[in-house]
This record gives sequence, structure tokens and C-alpha cells, in this order.
Amino acid sequence: MLISFYICSAVAILATLLAIAGPSPMHSLLELIVSLLAVGLIFFTLGAPFAGILEVIVYAGAIMVLFVFVVMMLNLGDETVQQERSWLKPSAWVAPAILALILLAELMQLLLTRPEGTAFAGGKVVGATEVGMSLYGPYLLAVELGSMLLLAGLIAAFHLGRDPEGR
Amino acid sequence: MNSAEALIGTIPLSQGLMVAGILFALGLAGILIRRNLIYTLMCIEIMMNSAGLAFVVGASRWQQPDGQVMYLMILALAAAETSIALALVLQLYRRFRGLDIDAASRMKG
Repeated sequence: MLISFYICSAVAILATLLAIAGPSPMHSLLELIVSLLAVGLIFFTLGAPFAGILEVIVYAGAIMVLFVFVVMMLNLGDETVQQERSWLKPSAWVAPAILALILLAELMQLLLTRPEGTAFAGGKVVGATEVGMSLYGPYLLAVELGSMLLLAGLIAAFHLGRDPEGR
Repeated sequence: MNSAEALIGTIPLSQGLMVAGILFALGLAGILIRRNLIYTLMCIEIMMNSAGLAFVVGASRWQQPDGQVMYLMILALAAAETSIALALVLQLYRRFRGLDIDAASRMKG
């Protein structure tokens, strides 16, 4: 099962390369999402399923969708339809689609051949229970500080995101 | 199961850290070569994500939950950073009608 780690790493690095080298922000965001999903699968193979789930839900699901929303907001205009048409060329979506398919095939293969109680790449699984016990035990102060950081982020985003002319 | 048994067939620490290092270097290169603000933020996300990957690799090596707790802290930091930075991007776009990062250097005050 060591090979799954290497496939995931290759997919993550390739997708990141495509993301930072592409000309269009929307395509780069989608390739970055593939890269984050690959890193999430790396977490699964390393025996950290809780971190992997959070990578998919929070990073690929929430943070990247926020990026996509902002890019879509900034692209309003008449040329948008024309742009969409030119973006749907096969050269634009073939590479991320192949990378995502590799990830899907690997996920299926891992689910079919999963050894009981051990991580895919060997070693012990450190699951959500242990992470939660640690989070609300010795790291309680860090959790409180993190919640204050998120509150500050919320207030700052609300304040900065307002339109000064009130439109 | 003693630790020697647990480590048979696992990924060496150095290879996990190599992947994290390569991802970090890619993010750094992206920041250096791109002038678009959206790309800069994306590359910051790549670098933070690679730091989290390094923490999880460490947690997997010592089979302790502490590394994953640090990963959760990085996740909260990234979420707060992204929301504020994207609000700033919206303001900058309203002011300069573009996402060129050099436009911000013309600001006064």
C-alpha cells in the first residue's frame, strides 16, 4: 500500500504545478482543489483520517469555494459568456480530469483492500477520538485562541467587505 | 505492538517531509513569479497546506494526535486569513479595477 502514498504525492505535486503555471484563475483554482484532495488522500494513507476529512470539507470544500465565489464575482461582464465558451475546450479540463480520475481509482482500490485497524500505508490509525480528546484536553487554550481568531476574522471580513458607497 | 513492529512498511519520515517541502517550494515559486493577487493568495494557501502536511507526517511518524491538533490550528488560521484577504481583494478591485499586485504600491497613506 506504500504505492498509494507515492501516487497521491505525484498527483498533488502535478496539480500544484498546473495550478501555479496556468493563465486562468478559475482553472488554477480547480486544479488546486484536485491538489488539496490528493493531500487529503495522503492524510488517509498516513493514518490520519480526521485530518483527511477536514482537508476535504474545510480546505477543498469551504476555503476554495470562497476563492471560486470571489473570482466569479470579479468576472461579471458581457464577455463572460464568450469566456466560458473558450474555457470549455478539452485542453482546459483534460489534465485535471485525468488527475482526479487517478485519485478516484486509487480511493476505490484502497476501499476495497483496506486492512483492518491499520492505516493504508501501515502503522496505527490516530482517529477522531484521540484527536478530540487531545484537542479538548491539553490543547483547550489553543482551541479558545483559535475561536477568538475566527471571530476576529469574521468581524474584519464583514468590515472590509462592505461597499463604501453603500450600493 | 512495539514501535519497531509498527514502523514496518510505513512511509519513511524523510519522504513525507520531501513531499511537503516540494509543495512549499512550489507555493513560494508561485508567489515569486505571479503578479495576480488571486494567485498570490492561492500560493499562500499551498504553503500553509504543505506546513500542515508536514505536521501530519510527524503525527503519523510518532503516532500521536498532537500533529493533527496543530494541523487543525493551521486550518483555522487559513480560514481566517482567507476571509480577510478575499475581502481586501474585493476592496482593491473596487478601487483599481484590476488585480495587479503592483497597483497597490501606488496607494498613499
